[in-house]
Amino acid sequence: MASTPVITCRGVVKDYLTDAGTINVLRGIDLTVMPGEFVAIMGPSGSGKSTLMNILGCLDVPTGGQYVLAGADVGTLAEPALARLRNQTIGFVFQGFNLLGRATLEDNVALPLVYARVPAQERRARARDVLAKVGLGDLSRSFPNKISGGQQQRVAIARALVTSPALVLADEPTGNLDTHTSMEIMELFAALNRDGMTVVVVTHEPDVAAWAHRLVQLRDGVVHYDGPVPEQFRKAS
Amino acid sequence: MIFAMLREAFAAMAANRMRAALTMLGMVIGVAAVILMLAIGRGVEDSVSKSIASMGSNLFIVLSGSSAQGGLRLGSGNAPTLTIDDASAIAELPGVVASAPTLPGGAQVVYGSANWGTQVNGTTPDYIDVSSWGVASGAIFDDSDVRGATRVAMLGQTVVDNLFGAEDPVGKTIRIKNASFVVVGVMNKRGQSLDGRDQDDTVLVPVTTAQRKLFGAQFQGTVRFISVKAESEAAMPRVEDEINALLTERHRIRPGADADFTVRNLTAIAETAAQATRLMALLLGAIASISLVVGGIGIMNIMLVSVTERTREIGIRMAIGAARTHILWQFLLESIVLSLVGCLIGVGIGVLGAYAVSHTTEVATIVSPMSIVLGFSVAAGIGVFFGFYPARKASLLQPIEALRFQ
Repeated sequence: MASTPVITCRGVVKDYLTDAGTINVLRGIDLTVMPGEFVAIMGPSGSGKSTLMNILGCLDVPTGGQYVLAGADVGTLAEPALARLRNQTIGFVFQGFNLLGRATLEDNVALPLVYARVPAQERRARARDVLAKVGLGDLSRSFPNKISGGQQQRVAIARALVTSPALVLADEPTGNLDTHTSMEIMELFAALNRDGMTVVVVTHEPDVAAWAHRLVQLRDGVVHYDGPVPEQFRKAS
Repeated sequence: MIFAMLREAFAAMAANRMRAALTMLGMVIGVAAVILMLAIGRGVEDSVSKSIASMGSNLFIVLSGSSAQGGLRLGSGNAPTLTIDDASAIAELPGVVASAPTLPGGAQVVYGSANWGTQVNGTTPDYIDVSSWGVASGAIFDDSDVRGATRVAMLGQTVVDNLFGAEDPVGKTIRIKNASFVVVGVMNKRGQSLDGRDQDDTVLVPVTTAQRKLFGAQFQGTVRFISVKAESEAAMPRVEDEINALLTERHRIRPGADADFTVRNLTAIAETAAQATRLMALLLGAIASISLVVGGIGIMNIMLVSVTERTREIGIRMAIGAARTHILWQFLLESIVLSLVGCLIGVGIGVLGAYAVSHTTEVATIVSPMSIVLGFSVAAGIGVFFGFYPARKASLLQPIEALRFQ
């Protein structure tokens, strides 16, 4: 196993300035994720889990503390370098799938490779590969509005995987899906993790978190619990 | 990379066909208007410069002065003061290429059973040099004809058409004011003058013949005006002064007294006319380019709407690794594609329109490659200029805010 952590957060702070004054959303998060881990982040509304997710995904920068992603100190990086990190190092999966309606599934999956300046031939081949890996190899010419929600989320996962990132970040990936489809999607994440992919999932459902190996619970902007997933989560599913 | 982005730009247009078409329409109309207006302007300019060239260049016209008899003042050209000798003296001046005395008059010309009312100009062979007018067939009468006041005539094309039709007039005898004249030659076709007069509707005879045998009683030994050609445009002011000095001396005009002649610079008048048409062409182009700018604003407007509509898409793209420059280029390319496609259609319509104007009206339009290049590059420039603001606005969106946008 590689010894460098994928994610290292040291005292990460995030403040928002509003008309009512400063809101401290994150009050000092310490978190380390090693390669190959499967982590679930939970917490009640307002606990800061979405903000943490945005910071982990390099969509937002912390106001204090240090965030090191795969050896790069994110706080010191400028916008083009952040875009490159989002493109190469992170695969994002959203609750609302966020596919481009105008593009075919294949083009959707290949889009990150366009920004990575991969030649067209190779883009197509790699997009087909990952689509096959998520079980949609025969739908590459289809459009997002022609397929089911579960299938759309599979396409989104394929898009997250296509650049072979060091980390897959999923923000409520099953929030828009029924229980059965949710389990299928979580099975897919588990399979990816078994192949060595580092997976971080934000969720508020215990039976989704039960798939992970480690649970991080936030409360009021700090880590409240960090350890194995409690046994009662597994019983729920 | 650029191909993938171009494909996306076309896909974005295809997704909103009606909107793209309407946006383009602004550019189409603008470019078509610019090309059409420049073509019309060029056409008019061209016909004016042709008229000027046909008139001859570096020309002066010396008119005899006005005469006043018993309180009745007649217009200039009516005092019989200019003579053939004046013309010969002017021709000797340095800087003068040639000078031709002219005595015009209206007369009925008859050949066989056909007759035609035209202007008969009594002049000298130098008239050919002064007016830069060529001979189509036969030859101009010579100086001995002028000395001997022989009855010979050169015909303009219009007179030939009306009297002879297809027949060759050289060597035939015509009658002018009941005196018979032998046709010695025919002038080239010259077309309209600046004021729309048919310059080919004329007969040239020796000036002495005109004085003695056609319009004799009124102008004993004098002519109506003298045409003078200077050797260059630069020499014209000096030549004008010299003519003035020469004629003042020859006519014994005392200092302070009114001169009995006037020197007019025809080239300057023609230049003014040419300048006016150039200005008109410029104005037409300027007005048309305003519509180009309006078309550009239309593109900017639609691109701004498009950026707002696609905020979420921009967020997604940023989340999966699009840098700000990628987003900037994506929207910039879209507006460039919009304006270039609109421009291509506009060039087509403009050229077709110019062709149609040529065929349905008297204006012979000229589509210059320059105007197409100009229209095209201006349109591309407008695409970039008006596309830049919306594209920049898109690229400056914060990824999380763009993603949250519903």
